[in-house]
Amino acid sequence: MITDLRYRGASTGKRVFITLSIAVMAGYVLLILYPLMNMVLSSFKTNRAIISTPFALPETFSFATFKTVWVDKGFSHYFANSLFVTTISMTFVLLFGSMASYGISRYIYRGNTLVYMLFLSGIMLPLKAAIIPLFLLIKTLGLINSRWSVILIFLAMGLPSTVFILAGFMKTIPLELEYAAKIDGCNDFMIYRKIVMPMVAPAMALVTIYNAVPIWNDFFFPLVFLQSNSVKTLPVGLSTFFGQHSTNWSLLFTGLSIAILPMLILYLFMSKYFIKGMTAGAVK
Amino acid sequence: MHRIQRSKARWIAFFITPGLLVVGLFILLPLFMSLYNSLFSWRQLIRLHFVGLDNFKRLLFTFPYQQRFFNAMKNNLYWFLSTTLIQNSLGLLFGYLLSRNLPGAQFFKRVFFIPVLFSIVAVGFLWGMYLKPSGLVNSFLKLVGLASLQRPWLGLEHLATPSIILVNIWRWVGFPSLVFLAAIDSVPQECLEAAYLEGVGEWKLFWKIIFPLIIPSITIIMVLTIIGSLNVFEQIYTMTGLDGAPNYSTDTIGTLFYRTAFGSIDAGSPEIGIGSAIGLVIYLLTFATSLLSVFVTKRKEVQL
Repeated sequence: MITDLRYRGASTGKRVFITLSIAVMAGYVLLILYPLMNMVLSSFKTNRAIISTPFALPETFSFATFKTVWVDKGFSHYFANSLFVTTISMTFVLLFGSMASYGISRYIYRGNTLVYMLFLSGIMLPLKAAIIPLFLLIKTLGLINSRWSVILIFLAMGLPSTVFILAGFMKTIPLELEYAAKIDGCNDFMIYRKIVMPMVAPAMALVTIYNAVPIWNDFFFPLVFLQSNSVKTLPVGLSTFFGQHSTNWSLLFTGLSIAILPMLILYLFMSKYFIKGMTAGAVK
Repeated sequence: MHRIQRSKARWIAFFITPGLLVVGLFILLPLFMSLYNSLFSWRQLIRLHFVGLDNFKRLLFTFPYQQRFFNAMKNNLYWFLSTTLIQNSLGLLFGYLLSRNLPGAQFFKRVFFIPVLFSIVAVGFLWGMYLKPSGLVNSFLKLVGLASLQRPWLGLEHLATPSIILVNIWRWVGFPSLVFLAAIDSVPQECLEAAYLEGVGEWKLFWKIIFPLIIPSITIIMVLTIIGSLNVFEQIYTMTGLDGAPNYSTDTIGTLFYRTAFGSIDAGSPEIGIGSAIGLVIYLLTFATSLLSVFVTKRKEVQL
Protein backbone atom coordinates (compact mmCIF):
# COMPACT_ATOMS: atom_id res chain seq x y z
CA MET A 1 0.00 0.00 0.00
CA ILE A 2 1.23 3.48 -0.71
CA THR A 3 0.87 4.59 2.90
CA ASP A 4 3.35 1.93 4.06
CA LEU A 5 6.58 3.25 5.47
CA ARG A 6 9.26 1.80 3.22
CA TYR A 7 12.83 2.85 2.54
CA ARG A 8 12.46 2.63 -1.24
CA GLY A 9 11.88 6.04 -2.75
CA ALA A 10 11.64 7.78 0.63
CA SER A 11 13.05 11.23 1.33
CA THR A 12 16.04 11.57 3.69
CA GLY A 13 13.84 12.86 6.51
CA LYS A 14 11.54 9.90 6.14
CA ARG A 15 14.43 7.46 6.07
CA VAL A 16 15.68 8.87 9.38
CA PHE A 17 12.17 8.55 10.80
CA ILE A 18 11.88 4.93 9.65
CA THR A 19 15.30 4.05 11.05
CA LEU A 20 14.52 5.67 14.40
CA SER A 21 11.17 3.90 14.61
CA ILE A 22 12.73 0.52 13.92
CA ALA A 23 15.46 1.24 16.49
CA VAL A 24 12.89 2.01 19.20
CA MET A 25 10.89 -1.13 18.47
CA ALA A 26 13.97 -3.31 18.23
CA GLY A 27 15.01 -1.87 21.60
CA TYR A 28 11.81 -3.08 23.20
CA VAL A 29 12.19 -6.49 21.53
CA LEU A 30 15.64 -6.80 23.14
CA LEU A 31 14.20 -5.70 26.45
CA ILE A 32 11.66 -8.52 26.20
CA LEU A 33 13.84 -11.30 24.85
CA TYR A 34 17.08 -10.78 26.75
CA PRO A 35 15.64 -11.04 30.28
CA LEU A 36 13.78 -14.20 29.25
CA MET A 37 16.91 -15.71 27.74
CA ASN A 38 18.92 -14.75 30.81
CA MET A 39 16.29 -16.42 33.00
CA VAL A 40 16.61 -19.71 31.13
CA LEU A 41 20.42 -19.56 31.02
CA SER A 42 20.62 -18.71 34.73
CA SER A 43 18.68 -21.83 35.56
CA PHE A 44 21.68 -23.86 34.34
CA LYS A 45 24.20 -21.86 36.39
CA THR A 46 25.42 -22.09 39.94
CA ASN A 47 24.34 -19.44 42.43
CA ARG A 48 27.82 -17.99 42.46
CA ALA A 49 27.99 -17.78 38.65
CA ILE A 50 24.61 -16.04 38.40
CA ILE A 51 25.87 -13.15 40.52
CA SER A 52 29.55 -12.98 39.53
CA THR A 53 29.20 -13.53 35.75
CA PRO A 54 25.55 -12.68 34.99
CA PHE A 55 26.09 -12.27 31.24
CA ALA A 56 28.18 -15.38 30.63
CA LEU A 57 26.87 -18.63 29.23
CA PRO A 58 26.47 -21.52 31.66
CA GLU A 59 29.38 -23.95 31.84
CA THR A 60 27.22 -27.04 31.64
CA PHE A 61 23.70 -27.72 30.48
CA SER A 62 22.54 -30.09 33.16
CA PHE A 63 18.86 -30.63 33.77
CA ALA A 64 19.41 -31.72 37.36
CA THR A 65 17.88 -28.54 38.85
CA PHE A 66 14.92 -28.86 36.50
CA LYS A 67 14.31 -32.34 37.86
CA THR A 68 14.66 -31.10 41.45
CA VAL A 69 12.10 -28.34 40.89
CA TRP A 70 9.70 -30.43 38.82
CA VAL A 71 9.72 -33.53 41.06
CA ASP A 72 11.00 -32.70 44.56
CA LYS A 73 9.64 -29.18 44.79
CA GLY A 74 6.20 -30.23 43.60
CA PHE A 75 5.94 -28.21 40.36
CA SER A 76 4.47 -31.25 38.60
CA HIS A 77 1.57 -31.10 41.10
CA TYR A 78 1.16 -27.34 40.70
CA PHE A 79 1.12 -27.78 36.96
CA ALA A 80 -1.44 -30.59 37.10
CA ASN A 81 -3.62 -28.53 39.47
CA SER A 82 -3.51 -25.52 37.14
CA LEU A 83 -4.44 -27.75 34.24
CA PHE A 84 -7.31 -29.32 36.19
CA VAL A 85 -8.69 -26.02 37.48
CA THR A 86 -8.43 -24.28 34.09
CA THR A 87 -9.96 -27.18 32.12
CA ILE A 88 -12.91 -27.75 34.44
CA SER A 89 -13.75 -24.09 34.88
CA MET A 90 -13.45 -23.42 31.13
CA THR A 91 -15.70 -26.39 30.32
CA PHE A 92 -18.44 -24.96 32.51
CA VAL A 93 -17.83 -21.37 31.39
CA LEU A 94 -18.39 -22.50 27.80
CA LEU A 95 -21.36 -24.74 28.60
CA PHE A 96 -23.29 -22.42 30.93
CA GLY A 97 -22.18 -19.34 29.00
CA SER A 98 -23.38 -20.61 25.63
CA MET A 99 -26.64 -21.89 27.14
CA ALA A 100 -27.33 -18.55 28.79
CA SER A 101 -26.46 -16.69 25.59
CA TYR A 102 -28.90 -18.92 23.71
CA GLY A 103 -31.63 -18.31 26.27
CA ILE A 104 -31.06 -14.56 26.04
CA SER A 105 -30.58 -14.06 22.32
CA ARG A 106 -32.91 -16.62 20.71
CA TYR A 107 -36.17 -15.96 22.58
CA ILE A 108 -38.28 -12.86 22.88
CA TYR A 109 -39.83 -12.46 26.33
CA ARG A 110 -40.37 -9.99 29.13
CA GLY A 111 -37.35 -9.83 31.40
CA ASN A 112 -35.01 -10.71 28.56
CA THR A 113 -33.05 -7.48 28.96
CA LEU A 114 -33.03 -7.83 32.74
CA VAL A 115 -31.42 -11.28 32.53
CA TYR A 116 -28.85 -9.93 30.10
CA MET A 117 -28.08 -7.00 32.40
CA LEU A 118 -27.68 -9.34 35.39
CA PHE A 119 -25.01 -11.24 33.50
CA LEU A 120 -23.34 -8.06 32.25
CA SER A 121 -23.20 -6.56 35.74
CA GLY A 122 -20.42 -9.07 36.40
CA ILE A 123 -18.22 -7.30 33.85
CA MET A 124 -18.38 -4.09 35.85
CA LEU A 125 -17.98 -5.60 39.33
CA PRO A 126 -14.46 -6.54 40.37
CA LEU A 127 -14.77 -9.94 42.03
CA LYS A 128 -11.61 -9.31 44.08
CA ALA A 129 -13.41 -6.57 46.02
CA ALA A 130 -15.90 -9.19 47.24
CA ILE A 131 -13.26 -11.47 48.72
CA ILE A 132 -14.66 -11.21 52.27
CA PRO A 133 -18.19 -12.46 51.52
CA LEU A 134 -16.74 -14.96 49.04
CA PHE A 135 -14.45 -16.29 51.74
CA LEU A 136 -17.37 -16.66 54.17
CA LEU A 137 -19.45 -18.32 51.44
CA ILE A 138 -16.75 -20.81 50.45
CA LYS A 139 -16.18 -21.55 54.14
CA THR A 140 -19.89 -22.25 54.59
CA LEU A 141 -19.79 -24.58 51.60
CA GLY A 142 -16.83 -26.38 53.20
CA LEU A 143 -14.64 -25.80 50.15
CA ILE A 144 -11.64 -24.04 51.71
CA ASN A 145 -8.53 -25.83 50.48
CA SER A 146 -10.48 -27.56 47.73
CA ARG A 147 -9.79 -26.89 44.07
CA TRP A 148 -13.56 -26.57 43.56
CA SER A 149 -13.50 -23.25 45.46
CA VAL A 150 -11.51 -21.52 42.73
CA ILE A 151 -13.29 -23.43 39.96
CA LEU A 152 -16.62 -21.98 41.11
CA ILE A 153 -15.18 -18.48 41.33
CA PHE A 154 -13.46 -18.70 37.93
CA LEU A 155 -16.75 -19.91 36.49
CA ALA A 156 -18.47 -16.80 37.85
CA MET A 157 -15.59 -14.65 36.63
CA GLY A 158 -15.78 -16.03 33.08
CA LEU A 159 -19.55 -16.07 32.51
CA PRO A 160 -20.25 -12.32 32.06
CA SER A 161 -17.77 -11.70 29.25
CA THR A 162 -18.69 -15.03 27.64
CA VAL A 163 -22.37 -14.12 27.56
CA PHE A 164 -21.51 -10.66 26.29
CA ILE A 165 -19.47 -12.00 23.37
CA LEU A 166 -21.55 -15.09 22.49
CA ALA A 167 -24.99 -13.45 22.76
CA GLY A 168 -23.73 -10.82 20.34
CA PHE A 169 -22.74 -13.51 17.84
CA MET A 170 -25.92 -15.56 18.28
CA LYS A 171 -28.13 -12.56 17.59
CA THR A 172 -26.76 -12.44 14.06
CA ILE A 173 -27.94 -15.98 13.17
CA PRO A 174 -31.23 -15.79 11.23
CA LEU A 175 -34.27 -17.23 13.04
CA GLU A 176 -35.52 -18.90 9.83
CA LEU A 177 -32.97 -21.66 10.32
CA GLU A 178 -34.64 -22.45 13.60
CA TYR A 179 -38.14 -22.58 12.13
CA ALA A 180 -36.96 -25.03 9.49
CA ALA A 181 -35.42 -27.26 12.15
CA LYS A 182 -38.57 -27.05 14.28
CA ILE A 183 -40.72 -28.21 11.38
CA ASP A 184 -38.34 -31.14 11.02
CA GLY A 185 -39.09 -32.04 14.63
CA CYS A 186 -36.05 -30.65 16.48
CA ASN A 187 -36.60 -29.50 20.05
CA ASP A 188 -34.93 -26.39 21.44
CA PHE A 189 -31.94 -28.22 22.87
CA MET A 190 -31.25 -29.93 19.55
CA ILE A 191 -31.40 -26.55 17.79
CA TYR A 192 -28.92 -25.13 20.29
CA ARG A 193 -26.64 -28.14 20.00
CA LYS A 194 -26.85 -28.95 16.27
CA ILE A 195 -27.50 -25.59 14.60
CA VAL A 196 -26.49 -22.62 16.69
CA MET A 197 -23.38 -24.00 18.43
CA PRO A 198 -21.55 -25.05 15.24
CA MET A 199 -22.20 -21.60 13.82
CA VAL A 200 -20.60 -19.80 16.77
CA ALA A 201 -17.53 -22.06 16.90
CA PRO A 202 -15.10 -19.23 15.97
CA ALA A 203 -16.54 -17.10 18.76
CA MET A 204 -16.14 -20.02 21.15
CA ALA A 205 -12.42 -20.18 20.29
CA LEU A 206 -12.16 -16.46 20.99
CA VAL A 207 -13.94 -16.78 24.33
CA THR A 208 -11.77 -19.73 25.31
CA ILE A 209 -8.51 -17.81 24.97
CA TYR A 210 -10.02 -14.64 26.43
CA ASN A 211 -10.88 -16.50 29.65
CA ALA A 212 -8.39 -19.36 29.85
CA VAL A 213 -5.25 -17.20 29.95
CA PRO A 214 -6.39 -15.05 32.92
CA ILE A 215 -7.70 -18.16 34.72
CA TRP A 216 -4.41 -20.02 34.19
CA ASN A 217 -2.50 -16.98 35.47
CA ASP A 218 -4.82 -16.01 38.34
CA PHE A 219 -3.12 -15.62 41.68
CA PHE A 220 -5.47 -13.82 44.05
CA PHE A 221 -8.20 -16.43 44.55
CA PRO A 222 -5.91 -19.48 44.75
CA LEU A 223 -3.82 -17.49 47.24
CA VAL A 224 -6.83 -17.07 49.51
CA PHE A 225 -8.45 -20.48 49.10
CA LEU A 226 -5.72 -23.03 48.35
CA GLN A 227 -3.45 -23.38 51.36
CA SER A 228 -1.98 -26.89 51.28
CA ASN A 229 0.67 -27.70 48.71
CA SER A 230 -1.23 -30.59 47.18
CA VAL A 231 -3.98 -28.31 45.80
CA LYS A 232 -1.99 -25.19 44.84
CA THR A 233 -1.96 -23.92 41.26
CA LEU A 234 1.20 -22.83 39.48
CA PRO A 235 1.20 -19.10 40.41
CA VAL A 236 0.60 -19.75 44.14
CA GLY A 237 2.98 -22.70 44.08
CA LEU A 238 5.61 -20.41 42.56
CA SER A 239 4.98 -17.88 45.32
CA THR A 240 5.37 -20.51 48.06
CA PHE A 241 8.54 -21.74 46.36
CA PHE A 242 9.97 -18.21 46.31
CA GLY A 243 9.21 -17.85 50.00
CA GLN A 244 11.10 -21.04 50.84
CA HIS A 245 14.18 -20.68 48.67
CA SER A 246 14.77 -16.94 48.55
CA THR A 247 18.56 -17.25 48.40
CA ASN A 248 18.94 -20.16 45.98
CA TRP A 249 18.85 -18.18 42.72
CA SER A 250 19.66 -21.14 40.51
CA LEU A 251 16.58 -22.94 41.81
CA LEU A 252 14.42 -19.80 41.57
CA PHE A 253 15.32 -19.16 37.92
CA THR A 254 14.53 -22.79 37.15
CA GLY A 255 11.12 -22.46 38.81
CA LEU A 256 10.42 -19.30 36.81
CA SER A 257 11.45 -20.98 33.56
CA ILE A 258 9.10 -23.87 34.26
CA ALA A 259 6.29 -21.43 35.01
CA ILE A 260 6.85 -19.24 31.95
CA LEU A 261 8.08 -21.48 29.12
CA PRO A 262 4.93 -23.58 28.47
CA MET A 263 2.90 -20.43 27.75
CA LEU A 264 5.67 -19.11 25.52
CA ILE A 265 5.86 -22.33 23.50
CA LEU A 266 2.09 -22.46 23.10
CA TYR A 267 2.18 -18.85 21.93
CA LEU A 268 4.80 -19.56 19.26
CA PHE A 269 2.37 -21.95 17.60
CA MET A 270 -0.85 -19.98 18.06
CA SER A 271 0.19 -16.33 18.28
CA LYS A 272 -2.56 -15.18 15.94
CA TYR A 273 -5.29 -16.73 18.07
CA PHE A 274 -3.78 -15.48 21.30
CA ILE A 275 -3.61 -11.91 20.02
CA LYS A 276 -7.14 -12.04 18.69
CA GLY A 277 -8.54 -13.75 21.77
CA MET A 278 -6.85 -11.61 24.39
CA THR A 279 -7.84 -8.33 22.75
CA ALA A 280 -11.40 -9.57 22.10
CA GLY A 281 -12.89 -7.41 24.84
CA ALA A 282 -11.32 -4.20 23.58
CA VAL A 283 -11.43 -4.60 19.79
CA LYS A 284 -14.64 -4.64 17.86
CA MET B 1 -51.08 -21.46 22.25
CA HIS B 2 -50.99 -21.60 26.04
CA ARG B 3 -49.12 -24.90 25.94
CA ILE B 4 -46.53 -23.52 23.53
CA GLN B 5 -45.99 -20.55 25.85
CA ARG B 6 -45.44 -22.88 28.81
CA SER B 7 -42.97 -25.05 27.00
CA LYS B 8 -41.14 -21.95 25.75
CA ALA B 9 -40.86 -20.65 29.32
CA ARG B 10 -39.51 -24.02 30.42
CA TRP B 11 -36.86 -23.98 27.72
CA ILE B 12 -35.80 -20.44 28.61
CA ALA B 13 -35.49 -21.46 32.26
CA PHE B 14 -33.48 -24.52 31.23
CA PHE B 15 -30.98 -22.42 29.31
CA ILE B 16 -30.47 -19.47 31.64
CA THR B 17 -30.83 -20.98 35.13
CA PRO B 18 -27.38 -22.60 35.59
CA GLY B 19 -25.52 -19.44 34.59
CA LEU B 20 -27.84 -17.17 36.51
CA LEU B 21 -27.40 -19.24 39.68
CA VAL B 22 -23.61 -18.96 39.49
CA VAL B 23 -23.69 -15.22 38.76
CA GLY B 24 -26.26 -14.66 41.51
CA LEU B 25 -24.45 -16.69 44.13
CA PHE B 26 -20.85 -15.64 43.38
CA ILE B 27 -21.17 -12.10 41.97
CA LEU B 28 -24.42 -10.42 43.02
CA LEU B 29 -24.87 -11.91 46.50
CA PRO B 30 -21.27 -11.07 47.54
CA LEU B 31 -21.84 -7.50 46.34
CA PHE B 32 -24.84 -7.07 48.62
CA MET B 33 -23.10 -8.90 51.45
CA SER B 34 -20.15 -6.48 51.19
CA LEU B 35 -22.51 -3.59 51.65
CA TYR B 36 -24.34 -5.35 54.50
CA ASN B 37 -21.13 -6.43 56.26
CA SER B 38 -19.69 -2.94 56.11
CA LEU B 39 -22.54 -1.67 58.32
CA PHE B 40 -21.75 -4.04 61.19
CA SER B 41 -19.06 -4.37 63.79
CA TRP B 42 -17.13 -7.64 63.81
CA ARG B 43 -15.07 -9.80 66.13
CA GLN B 44 -12.88 -11.98 63.90
CA LEU B 45 -15.36 -13.76 61.60
CA ILE B 46 -18.42 -13.14 63.79
CA ARG B 47 -20.89 -10.40 62.90
CA LEU B 48 -21.78 -8.42 66.05
CA HIS B 49 -24.13 -5.44 65.79
CA PHE B 50 -25.31 -2.76 63.42
CA VAL B 51 -23.10 0.35 63.54
CA GLY B 52 -24.29 2.35 60.53
CA LEU B 53 -21.50 4.15 58.73
CA ASP B 54 -19.08 3.79 61.61
CA ASN B 55 -16.65 1.60 59.64
CA PHE B 56 -16.43 4.21 56.91
CA LYS B 57 -15.83 6.94 59.50
CA ARG B 58 -13.03 4.92 61.09
CA LEU B 59 -11.50 4.22 57.69
CA LEU B 60 -11.50 7.86 56.64
CA PHE B 61 -10.85 9.69 59.90
CA THR B 62 -8.96 7.57 62.46
CA PHE B 63 -5.43 6.32 62.86
CA PRO B 64 -4.00 4.13 61.36
CA TYR B 65 -6.66 3.50 58.72
CA GLN B 66 -6.85 7.10 57.54
CA GLN B 67 -3.09 7.37 56.94
CA ARG B 68 -2.87 3.97 55.23
CA PHE B 69 -5.95 4.52 53.09
CA PHE B 70 -4.94 7.89 51.69
CA ASN B 71 -1.34 6.77 51.26
CA ALA B 72 -2.56 3.76 49.23
CA MET B 73 -5.02 5.83 47.19
CA LYS B 74 -2.23 8.28 46.39
CA ASN B 75 -0.14 5.40 45.06
CA ASN B 76 -3.03 4.09 42.96
CA LEU B 77 -3.44 7.54 41.47
CA TYR B 78 0.29 7.60 40.75
CA TRP B 79 -0.05 4.21 39.04
CA PHE B 80 -2.89 5.49 36.91
CA LEU B 81 -1.18 8.71 35.86
CA SER B 82 2.20 7.20 35.02
CA THR B 83 0.65 4.23 33.22
CA THR B 84 -1.47 6.55 31.11
CA LEU B 85 1.42 8.83 30.36
CA ILE B 86 4.07 6.21 29.56
CA GLN B 87 2.33 2.93 28.68
CA ASN B 88 -0.62 4.25 26.72
CA SER B 89 1.46 6.82 24.82
CA LEU B 90 3.99 4.14 23.94
CA GLY B 91 1.12 1.87 22.95
CA LEU B 92 -0.23 4.56 20.66
CA LEU B 93 3.19 5.08 19.10
CA PHE B 94 3.78 1.34 18.61
CA GLY B 95 0.26 0.79 17.31
CA TYR B 96 0.75 3.56 14.78
CA LEU B 97 4.17 2.39 13.64
CA LEU B 98 2.98 -1.22 13.31
CA SER B 99 0.02 -0.08 11.22
CA ARG B 100 2.37 1.48 8.68
CA ASN B 101 3.99 -1.84 7.84
CA LEU B 102 7.56 -0.89 8.62
CA PRO B 103 10.10 -3.55 7.75
CA GLY B 104 9.76 -6.27 10.42
CA ALA B 105 6.33 -5.12 11.60
CA GLN B 106 4.90 -8.65 11.80
CA PHE B 107 7.83 -9.82 13.91
CA PHE B 108 7.63 -6.83 16.26
CA LYS B 109 3.92 -7.30 16.70
CA ARG B 110 4.27 -10.93 17.77
CA VAL B 111 7.15 -10.30 20.16
CA PHE B 112 5.45 -7.29 21.80
CA PHE B 113 2.60 -9.51 22.90
CA ILE B 114 4.75 -12.18 24.58
CA PRO B 115 4.91 -10.67 28.10
CA VAL B 116 1.16 -9.96 28.05
CA LEU B 117 0.54 -13.70 28.34
CA PHE B 118 2.71 -14.26 31.39
CA SER B 119 1.24 -14.25 34.86
CA ILE B 120 1.91 -11.05 36.79
CA VAL B 121 3.31 -13.24 39.56
CA ALA B 122 6.02 -14.78 37.36
CA VAL B 123 6.90 -11.39 35.87
CA GLY B 124 6.99 -9.80 39.34
CA PHE B 125 9.29 -12.45 40.78
CA LEU B 126 11.55 -12.39 37.72
CA TRP B 127 12.08 -8.63 37.78
CA GLY B 128 12.15 -8.69 41.57
CA MET B 129 15.34 -10.74 41.24
CA TYR B 130 16.78 -8.60 38.45
CA LEU B 131 16.19 -5.45 40.54
CA LYS B 132 17.94 -6.79 43.66
CA PRO B 133 21.17 -4.97 44.65
CA SER B 134 23.22 -7.81 43.16
CA GLY B 135 20.77 -8.41 40.32
CA LEU B 136 21.01 -8.13 36.55
CA VAL B 137 20.01 -4.46 36.28
CA ASN B 138 22.86 -3.26 38.47
CA SER B 139 25.27 -5.66 36.78
CA PHE B 140 24.28 -4.21 33.45
CA LEU B 141 24.83 -0.64 34.65
CA LYS B 142 28.30 -1.63 35.79
CA LEU B 143 29.00 -3.36 32.47
CA VAL B 144 28.24 -0.20 30.47
CA GLY B 145 30.25 2.02 32.81
CA LEU B 146 27.34 3.54 34.71
CA ALA B 147 28.20 1.98 38.06
CA SER B 148 27.35 5.29 39.76
CA LEU B 149 23.70 4.71 38.84
CA GLN B 150 23.49 1.40 40.70
CA ARG B 151 20.70 1.42 43.28
CA PRO B 152 18.77 -0.99 45.49
CA TRP B 153 15.81 -0.30 43.23
CA LEU B 154 13.10 -1.87 45.36
CA GLY B 155 14.63 -0.82 48.65
CA LEU B 156 14.40 2.96 48.34
CA GLU B 157 11.14 4.72 49.09
CA HIS B 158 11.27 7.09 46.12
CA LEU B 159 12.36 4.43 43.59
CA ALA B 160 10.34 1.37 44.56
CA THR B 161 6.96 2.37 43.11
CA PRO B 162 8.39 3.75 39.84
CA SER B 163 10.45 0.55 39.42
CA ILE B 164 7.40 -1.67 39.90
CA ILE B 165 5.37 0.48 37.51
CA LEU B 166 8.08 0.20 34.85
CA VAL B 167 8.07 -3.59 35.22
CA ASN B 168 4.31 -3.57 34.79
CA ILE B 169 4.64 -1.43 31.67
CA TRP B 170 7.25 -3.88 30.36
CA ARG B 171 4.68 -6.64 30.72
CA TRP B 172 1.63 -4.84 29.41
CA VAL B 173 2.54 -2.26 26.72
CA GLY B 174 1.93 -4.83 23.95
CA PHE B 175 -1.75 -4.88 24.85
CA PRO B 176 -2.64 -1.23 24.11
CA SER B 177 -0.25 -1.39 21.13
CA LEU B 178 -2.21 -4.16 19.45
CA VAL B 179 -5.59 -2.72 20.40
CA PHE B 180 -4.59 0.60 18.81
CA LEU B 181 -3.15 -1.25 15.82
CA ALA B 182 -6.50 -2.98 15.24
CA ALA B 183 -8.27 0.37 15.57
CA ILE B 184 -5.95 2.12 13.11
CA ASP B 185 -6.22 -0.78 10.66
CA SER B 186 -9.98 -0.29 10.60
CA VAL B 187 -9.64 3.35 9.51
CA PRO B 188 -10.72 3.43 5.84
CA GLN B 189 -7.66 3.11 3.65
CA GLU B 190 -9.03 5.69 1.15
CA CYS B 191 -8.89 8.41 3.81
CA LEU B 192 -5.23 7.76 4.46
CA GLU B 193 -4.33 7.40 0.81
CA ALA B 194 -6.13 10.60 -0.14
CA ALA B 195 -4.35 12.54 2.59
CA TYR B 196 -1.09 10.91 1.64
CA LEU B 197 -1.43 11.92 -2.01
CA GLU B 198 -2.20 15.47 -0.88
CA GLY B 199 1.24 15.45 0.70
CA VAL B 200 0.13 15.51 4.33
CA GLY B 201 3.06 14.71 6.64
CA GLU B 202 3.17 11.84 9.12
CA TRP B 203 2.61 14.11 12.11
CA LYS B 204 -0.47 15.77 10.67
CA LEU B 205 -1.79 12.50 9.26
CA PHE B 206 -1.75 11.01 12.74
CA TRP B 207 -3.26 13.87 14.71
CA LYS B 208 -5.78 15.16 12.18
CA ILE B 209 -7.06 11.92 10.67
CA ILE B 210 -6.13 8.80 12.63
CA PHE B 211 -6.43 10.09 16.19
CA PRO B 212 -10.02 11.39 15.94
CA LEU B 213 -11.11 8.11 14.36
CA ILE B 214 -9.69 5.87 17.08
CA ILE B 215 -11.10 7.74 20.08
CA PRO B 216 -13.43 4.83 20.97
CA SER B 217 -10.39 2.54 21.41
CA ILE B 218 -8.64 5.20 23.44
CA THR B 219 -11.67 5.36 25.74
CA ILE B 220 -11.63 1.59 26.24
CA ILE B 221 -7.91 1.55 27.01
CA MET B 222 -8.34 4.43 29.46
CA VAL B 223 -11.11 2.56 31.27
CA LEU B 224 -9.00 -0.60 31.42
CA THR B 225 -6.11 1.50 32.76
CA ILE B 226 -8.26 2.92 35.57
CA ILE B 227 -9.58 -0.53 36.51
CA GLY B 228 -6.09 -2.04 36.24
CA SER B 229 -4.63 0.68 38.48
CA LEU B 230 -7.30 0.03 41.12
CA ASN B 231 -6.54 -3.70 40.98
CA VAL B 232 -2.79 -3.55 41.53
CA PHE B 233 -1.96 -6.31 43.99
CA GLU B 234 0.22 -9.11 42.58
CA GLN B 235 2.89 -6.66 41.42
CA ILE B 236 3.37 -5.38 44.99
CA TYR B 237 2.95 -8.80 46.60
CA THR B 238 5.76 -10.31 44.51
CA MET B 239 8.21 -7.42 44.42
CA THR B 240 8.03 -5.59 47.75
CA GLY B 241 5.65 -7.71 49.78
CA LEU B 242 2.18 -7.47 51.26
CA ASP B 243 3.15 -4.56 53.53
CA GLY B 244 4.16 -2.37 50.61
CA ALA B 245 7.76 -2.04 51.82
CA PRO B 246 9.82 0.04 52.28
CA ASN B 247 7.77 1.87 54.88
CA TYR B 248 4.41 1.51 53.03
CA SER B 249 5.81 3.47 50.07
CA THR B 250 4.50 0.87 47.58
CA ASP B 251 1.25 0.12 49.42
CA THR B 252 -1.88 0.18 47.25
CA ILE B 253 -5.58 -0.15 47.92
CA GLY B 254 -5.36 -3.83 46.87
CA THR B 255 -2.65 -4.78 49.36
CA LEU B 256 -4.23 -2.65 52.11
CA PHE B 257 -7.57 -4.36 51.47
CA TYR B 258 -5.99 -7.82 51.69
CA ARG B 259 -4.13 -7.00 54.91
CA THR B 260 -7.25 -5.56 56.51
CA ALA B 261 -9.48 -8.44 55.48
CA PHE B 262 -7.07 -11.22 56.39
CA GLY B 263 -5.49 -9.62 59.39
CA SER B 264 -2.07 -8.15 59.39
CA ILE B 265 -2.78 -4.47 59.92
CA ASP B 266 -1.08 -3.40 63.15
CA ALA B 267 -3.25 -5.33 65.62
CA GLY B 268 -2.87 -8.47 63.51
CA SER B 269 -6.46 -9.72 63.46
CA PRO B 270 -8.89 -9.50 60.54
CA GLU B 271 -11.01 -6.34 60.42
CA ILE B 272 -14.02 -7.51 58.43
CA GLY B 273 -16.01 -4.30 58.93
CA ILE B 274 -13.29 -1.94 57.76
CA GLY B 275 -12.22 -4.41 55.07
CA SER B 276 -15.75 -4.44 53.67
CA ALA B 277 -15.73 -0.65 53.66
CA ILE B 278 -12.53 -0.65 51.59
CA GLY B 279 -14.03 -3.29 49.28
CA LEU B 280 -17.02 -1.04 48.77
CA VAL B 281 -14.81 1.91 47.85
CA ILE B 282 -13.12 -0.28 45.19
CA TYR B 283 -16.56 -1.37 43.94
CA LEU B 284 -17.81 2.19 43.68
CA LEU B 285 -14.77 3.50 41.84
CA THR B 286 -14.76 0.61 39.36
CA PHE B 287 -18.49 0.77 38.85
CA ALA B 288 -18.42 4.52 38.20
CA THR B 289 -15.64 4.05 35.65
CA SER B 290 -17.42 1.20 33.87
CA LEU B 291 -20.68 3.10 33.80
CA LEU B 292 -18.93 6.04 32.21
CA SER B 293 -17.47 3.74 29.57
CA VAL B 294 -20.87 2.23 28.79
CA PHE B 295 -22.25 5.67 28.04
CA VAL B 296 -19.28 6.72 25.95
CA THR B 297 -19.25 3.39 24.07
CA LYS B 298 -23.00 3.48 23.46
CA ARG B 299 -22.74 6.96 22.03
CA LYS B 300 -20.00 5.87 19.66
CA GLU B 301 -21.93 2.74 18.64
CA VAL B 302 -18.95 0.44 19.06
CA GLN B 303 -19.97 -3.18 18.70
CA LEU B 304 -17.91 -6.16 19.63
